[in-house]
Amino acid sequence: MLAHPDLTKLIFGRLTLDALPLHVPIVLGTFAVVALGGLVLLGAITYFKLWGYLWREWFTSIDHKKIGIMYMILGFVMLLRGFADAIMMRAQQAISFGDNAGYLPPEHYDQIFTAHGVIMIFFVAMPMVTGMMNFVMPLQIGARDVAFPFLNNFSFWMTVAGAMLVMASLFIGEFARTGWLAYPPLSDIASSPDAGVDYYIWALQIAGVGTLLSGINLLVTIVKMRAPGMTLMKMPVFTWTALCTNVLIVAAFPVLTAVLALLALDRYAGTNFFTTELGGNAMMYVNLIWIWGHPEVYILVLPVFGIFSEVTATFSRKPLFGYTSMVYATVVITVLSYLVWLHHFFTMGSGASVNSFFGITTMIISIPTGAKIFNWLFTMYRGRVEFEVPMMWTVAFMVTFVIGGMTGVLLAVPPADFSLHNSLFLIAHFHNVIIGGVLFGLFAGITYWFPKAFGFKLDPFWGKCAFWFWVVGFYFAFMPLYLLGLMGVTRRLSHFTDPALQIWFQLAAFGALLILLGIACMIIQFAVSIRRREALRDVTGDPWNGRTLEWSTSSPPPKYNFAFTPLVHDHDAWWMMKKYHYRRPLDGFVPIHMPMNTGAGIILAGLSFVFGFAMIWYMWPLAIVSFAGILVVAIAHTFNYHRDYYLSADEVRRVEASRTELLASHV
Amino acid sequence: MKAFRGLLLAAATLLSGCQTVLMSPSGDLALQQRNLIITSTLLMLLIIVPVIVLTLVFAWHFRASNKKAAYDPEWDHSTVLELLIWSAPLLIIIALGAVTWVSTHKLDPYRPLDRLSAGHPVPADAKPLTVNVVALDWKWLFIYPEQGIATVNELAAPVDRPIRFQITATSVMNSFFIPALAGQIYAMPGMQTTLQAVINQPGDFQGFSANYSGQGFSGMHFVFHGMHEDAFKQWVAQAKASGGDLSREAYVKLALPSENDPVRYYATVEPGLYQAILTHCVQPDSPSCMTQMKAPGDDNAGAMHSGNAAAGMADMRAARPSSD
Repeated sequence: MLAHPDLTKLIFGRLTLDALPLHVPIVLGTFAVVALGGLVLLGAITYFKLWGYLWREWFTSIDHKKIGIMYMILGFVMLLRGFADAIMMRAQQAISFGDNAGYLPPEHYDQIFTAHGVIMIFFVAMPMVTGMMNFVMPLQIGARDVAFPFLNNFSFWMTVAGAMLVMASLFIGEFARTGWLAYPPLSDIASSPDAGVDYYIWALQIAGVGTLLSGINLLVTIVKMRAPGMTLMKMPVFTWTALCTNVLIVAAFPVLTAVLALLALDRYAGTNFFTTELGGNAMMYVNLIWIWGHPEVYILVLPVFGIFSEVTATFSRKPLFGYTSMVYATVVITVLSYLVWLHHFFTMGSGASVNSFFGITTMIISIPTGAKIFNWLFTMYRGRVEFEVPMMWTVAFMVTFVIGGMTGVLLAVPPADFSLHNSLFLIAHFHNVIIGGVLFGLFAGITYWFPKAFGFKLDPFWGKCAFWFWVVGFYFAFMPLYLLGLMGVTRRLSHFTDPALQIWFQLAAFGALLILLGIACMIIQFAVSIRRREALRDVTGDPWNGRTLEWSTSSPPPKYNFAFTPLVHDHDAWWMMKKYHYRRPLDGFVPIHMPMNTGAGIILAGLSFVFGFAMIWYMWPLAIVSFAGILVVAIAHTFNYHRDYYLSADEVRRVEASRTELLASHV
Repeated sequence: MKAFRGLLLAAATLLSGCQTVLMSPSGDLALQQRNLIITSTLLMLLIIVPVIVLTLVFAWHFRASNKKAAYDPEWDHSTVLELLIWSAPLLIIIALGAVTWVSTHKLDPYRPLDRLSAGHPVPADAKPLTVNVVALDWKWLFIYPEQGIATVNELAAPVDRPIRFQITATSVMNSFFIPALAGQIYAMPGMQTTLQAVINQPGDFQGFSANYSGQGFSGMHFVFHGMHEDAFKQWVAQAKASGGDLSREAYVKLALPSENDPVRYYATVEPGLYQAILTHCVQPDSPSCMTQMKAPGDDNAGAMHSGNAAAGMADMRAARPSSD
């Protein structure tokens, strides 16, 4: 190779052996552990001859339920990575005072906080929210699958490809050192010449394709595939929030794609959209990225509001209070979320009228959000509240989220923001709403719908342990950050001079340790629940005495979800069916039209990963070949005519009869 | 409830927050911002506290095991209540919105001050002290046009005299922030932002960049001295006596990336240096120099010629007479 440096350069681009972290013991150690763990996993899969099973039943599956579950697994695995970053940052900030420089040099620390933000938003919260909508929403509207089942599989694997690129940056080269939104000029080629920002761009672009397509898919599913009788105002609230979220995704993600494409052009083609030269303007980037970025916040939180609505109604044994106002509140938030982006940079120097406009629009969002909180409150009122684990998350959410909401509105007052912007107060605020809102909601949702997905409940004891560690850990980790913000401490510092601050950072680190225990409890909870699955078995399909259609089918649901498409007369359709003594049809089954599995999605995503990797390292021949490969596979897939099949009426009868037997044996 | 214990922790946090720099600042602007933070928080607590209390009370009282509590399994609508739950936040937001509109205009960092502190209007003959602030990789350069000096990583100003900061950066974006003095504003290359402020008490205050700017960001802090007039004069004289010359060549060297820089003084500053930094024209033949730029066939782009680019594209609020 050395004899042909030009050839080496052509093939490997700027990738050299120096890009491997052979001289950084921490990263090398991490790599060793990950590689060992990976080898054990792969070995186990091979030993137990699971490859065929995984490929046929999961990787190529176009079943929305399995794709939803895979999204959740991706989100959970990435949560471990993102949390590892978090605990490293907390440890660094707890010790790095005065002469002690801590254990992370800035170039390492800066990658960690960037990776933490990117991973937590794009590869934890997004996959989990998407997975939740994927699994639950079609069941709630009485559909057999999403509108475009193949697209769903493809979207998932594109998200995985993006996540894999971020993970690859840990061991090959480095990740961006720019903060999670990669503001230029810092992210320009002049200030960040290495591969980090390119990892960022291509990971998000590839995952973004998946997110956008999934948004279109779920949107069409809700609009076109609702069960007869389910008019818009009879949809379950979770489906309503999923609808609004997917509208937001479809409208917002193209902006992210465009702004990252422009940044890529600046870096690859020498254009000057965001540079400080030749008329380029970085302020344009900041505006554009937040025009995506603010709706993104609501993309994450709206479905979670939906989860809380379902959980509160179910465990209060009452219909949701104020269904109509809940729906309108959701829609109002959807629209308003596009009118507030400038509040992320009041300090850029816009005029007072512009700043006040965006400040006030931001505050207005708190009105429908406040109405929602009251709706949940009055759902509990005169109910019979059962404190199952999902309901515990809901109460913790209501208390925590209003604090986050209050500090958010405070940050929306421009002159206050001039003092608090970019401070740890801001960090505390958005973790307050994202952990206290999005994560608590996802955990509630996971516990709530787990029996539907797997046929057995999660072990409540370990669920409660996880709950308490998370909630208490959250308060310990972030309340000190509010205070530090008032002390004028800004974000993203890897070293401090004032020793008086240290105690607060140590408290925050203690909080992070509690959250670590919370995550450990969750892992134990999964393991214990699988071992005790017979004791936790849900044979009825309706373990919580639920209200919406997903509880009318078996747990886990059959491939086709519903043997007959249900008829809907009201929201809380299943509740009404139970009330009027609905009887399962036991005969008269007809063949069901089903989509067929395909490997095209995973192959396309694999090629996209290779293409992204080649672009990051300037391996032009590989980039061209892999891009051509993507086109060929995509076109070839259009000639695949084996896309569907009919599940025979006999097969449906067999499945339904076994459920009848099961139900009868457990009366 | 552990959540309640969390609230206690929050309350304790808030109490100890009273002594923090943002809650007890030394500049009038920061003080007004502090008052605004307190007013807004109290306004919001009017609704937040009842919500938290009601959440805990309802959750406890209507627990399934409490069979004495009323149970109304069909109750899901009440027009009066729904009007109430929309109008209560609405009223608070109307009040807060009004406060926001007024205070945002009054505390606009570009607006010349009208008071030094409560009850002390700015004297008619007061001329603000101008300081040109440049965020470099990774240190702060302060140029005093009136005094003809410059400093690195140290800033001083006399108490009770309006200060007008004109702020820019060389390569990447930073944010100029002295919490005790006033709120922050971004420092951006090729652009100029303005901050009008006043310090009311003598003392040494922390200043730093509040926007992450790369490798040396953590060390990008400085001390801001609020001084009585005499002490300030002495400080200037000391800078004049001990410092070197900030010529273009010296500036080019200074602008090279460096971390944790010591304090430096410059006795003289080459005329027009700040303007040249702002327009990227320190090296006049640089392709990015804004005075070199000219739209094809447009001879009216005069504002971009001459040394006046700041009044053209560089100043973010050129149209506003108060800004320059």
